[in-house]
Amino acid sequence: MTNARDDNATLDVLVAGGGYVGLSLALALKKSDPAIAVAVVDTRAREAIAKDLRCSAIASAAERMLTHLGVWSQFAARAQPINEMIITDSRLRDVARPVFLTFSGDVAPGEPFAHMVANADMVGALHDTASQAGVEMIAPDSVTCYETTGETVAIELASGGTRTARLLVAADGVRSKLRDLAGISTVHWNYDQSGIVCTVEHERPHEGRAEEHFLPSGPFAILPLTGNRSSLVWSEKTSVAETLVKGDDFTFEMELERRFGHHLGALKIAGGRHAYPLSLTLARDFVKPRFALAGDAAHGIHPISGQGLNLGFRDAAALAEIIIGARRLGQDIGAFDVLEQYERWRRFDTFQMGVVTDVLNRLFSNDSDVLRAARDFGLGLVERMPGLKGTFIREAAGLSGQVPRLLTGEAI
Amino acid sequence: MTTKTTVDDAEVARFSAMADEWWDPTGKFRPLHKFSPVRLGYIKEHVSAHFARNAEDPAAFKGLRFLDIGCGGGLLCEPMTRLGAEVIGVDPSPVNIEVARLHAERSGLQIDYRATTAEDLAAAGERFDVVLNMEVVEHVADVPVYLAACAQLVKPGGLMFVATINRTLKAYALAIVAAERVLRWLPPGTHSYEKLVKPAEIEGPLGEAGMTIVERCGVTYNPLLDRWNRSRDMDMNYMLLAARPK
Repeated sequence: MTNARDDNATLDVLVAGGGYVGLSLALALKKSDPAIAVAVVDTRAREAIAKDLRCSAIASAAERMLTHLGVWSQFAARAQPINEMIITDSRLRDVARPVFLTFSGDVAPGEPFAHMVANADMVGALHDTASQAGVEMIAPDSVTCYETTGETVAIELASGGTRTARLLVAADGVRSKLRDLAGISTVHWNYDQSGIVCTVEHERPHEGRAEEHFLPSGPFAILPLTGNRSSLVWSEKTSVAETLVKGDDFTFEMELERRFGHHLGALKIAGGRHAYPLSLTLARDFVKPRFALAGDAAHGIHPISGQGLNLGFRDAAALAEIIIGARRLGQDIGAFDVLEQYERWRRFDTFQMGVVTDVLNRLFSNDSDVLRAARDFGLGLVERMPGLKGTFIREAAGLSGQVPRLLTGEAI
Repeated sequence: MTTKTTVDDAEVARFSAMADEWWDPTGKFRPLHKFSPVRLGYIKEHVSAHFARNAEDPAAFKGLRFLDIGCGGGLLCEPMTRLGAEVIGVDPSPVNIEVARLHAERSGLQIDYRATTAEDLAAAGERFDVVLNMEVVEHVADVPVYLAACAQLVKPGGLMFVATINRTLKAYALAIVAAERVLRWLPPGTHSYEKLVKPAEIEGPLGEAGMTIVERCGVTYNPLLDRWNRSRDMDMNYMLLAARPK
């Protein structure tokens, strides 16, 4: 805890989960309304955030929000812009992979549609800025149970403490314990695919180009990092992925090279490699009285289009806007009718994205010649229609639909 | 204290029976809860403008004394108190006042609830910066007498908000037939057509009591968004704002 506080005072919002969703929500609230009392409970201490080696693609909408929150500038120098994205549809044995779709160009002049950012940088900066803004950090700790009693929610912590709040937000990830405690069921299915995540060093520069190859086993994405490095998200059947990750370096690098290609020169794995099972998890409800889900706790989608993070930032921005709006009207921020507005706003968008990514994955992760011809025809059409491509770029940048104000870089 | 009262006994009994359910946003009072954002937005905007406050400040009403007439379970008193106002809520039904008190305590809010009437407060010489008269005039027995008493409660330079339902065929069709009998948003008998009030029947008595009409607007329901919005159409629900000159 950064400052001495009265643990008996009722908090306005307690956020369970100190990832990018929970922290950006807490910071957005505090920045819009310094009088609001917000705490974040996280299982990780600050030092553990610095050890996260993963990287994330941050779409330009999220970048605008992070800029507004005063976070982006802290790591902008270490962020790698994605200036161009190519998409191919090919078999593994194909020598040349015809490029069907090229997305280049900016959302606005000088603003790339995404950046690759180290999680340690982004989450660390969010944590420090939120803490300085007066968000109470309760870590390492976790919420064990909670009880809604009329006008407040009583929250029990693993450390033995109890806190009360007007609203409890669960941003505790795709396997959200609080979602289960709230009795919210999910629609869930496994893809029998796992995503292998690792970082590679290569001989030649990537020039800020991202690549997504739709291979029969699933999408294989190369995302540029600073220097001559790239981050990989490589999907395979779960059994294959596990064998590869647990197997020897030689086999892994050989299989990697077959997929990665030789256009960037010799490859070398940097750091560890991990496989994460891919699944789709959508919560049936996003809110209950004095309870709201945000981020992956509400929706874990297939990473095929890199939209999971976007959705999480959208949740944080939308929920912050609803809470601040309610406070400006003097409403009870935990009341069900206030929270319903958030659910109404986010559920359709989330469901839509869940379905789109699911269909994309099913359409591309196979070796059917008929489907290949159909999808290549489709991709070719998109390539030839600048208007449609513009729509996809704006979608990828997170700027379509009813966009929360923070994501356009404005104050709430 | 016994002064001339215009409260209709049958109306009071009907609302008392419903009082326990005031605070359930999914229960019987859902329509009123649904109505809250548009009412609160209107009040916040105009009070802030009139008293030179920042409409985005969550404590914009600090130092202002509010009266909510016909406060029911306290659905308006609580938001006004959160915004910083000193609030007195009155309702002729002691049951409503008890429910409101209980709830304010649970919410941790200080609100002065009294089972009394506008007429008694006026006779006692109470004065306020802002008087809220929301969804009440269509339930009183004598509108001009009632409004004259309410006007007395406004300090010089103060405001009065009135919200009610117009007496038109459209209001009859939507507010009574549709809302009470078809959609069952409200219990049948909540409103009776003869007691609905036209804008002129409010503006007239308020003008005679020395108040000037500042603004008025309609409130219409958008079924697609399930939301009430301000509109120019005053044929059904409407709100108006009057000020007492300094």
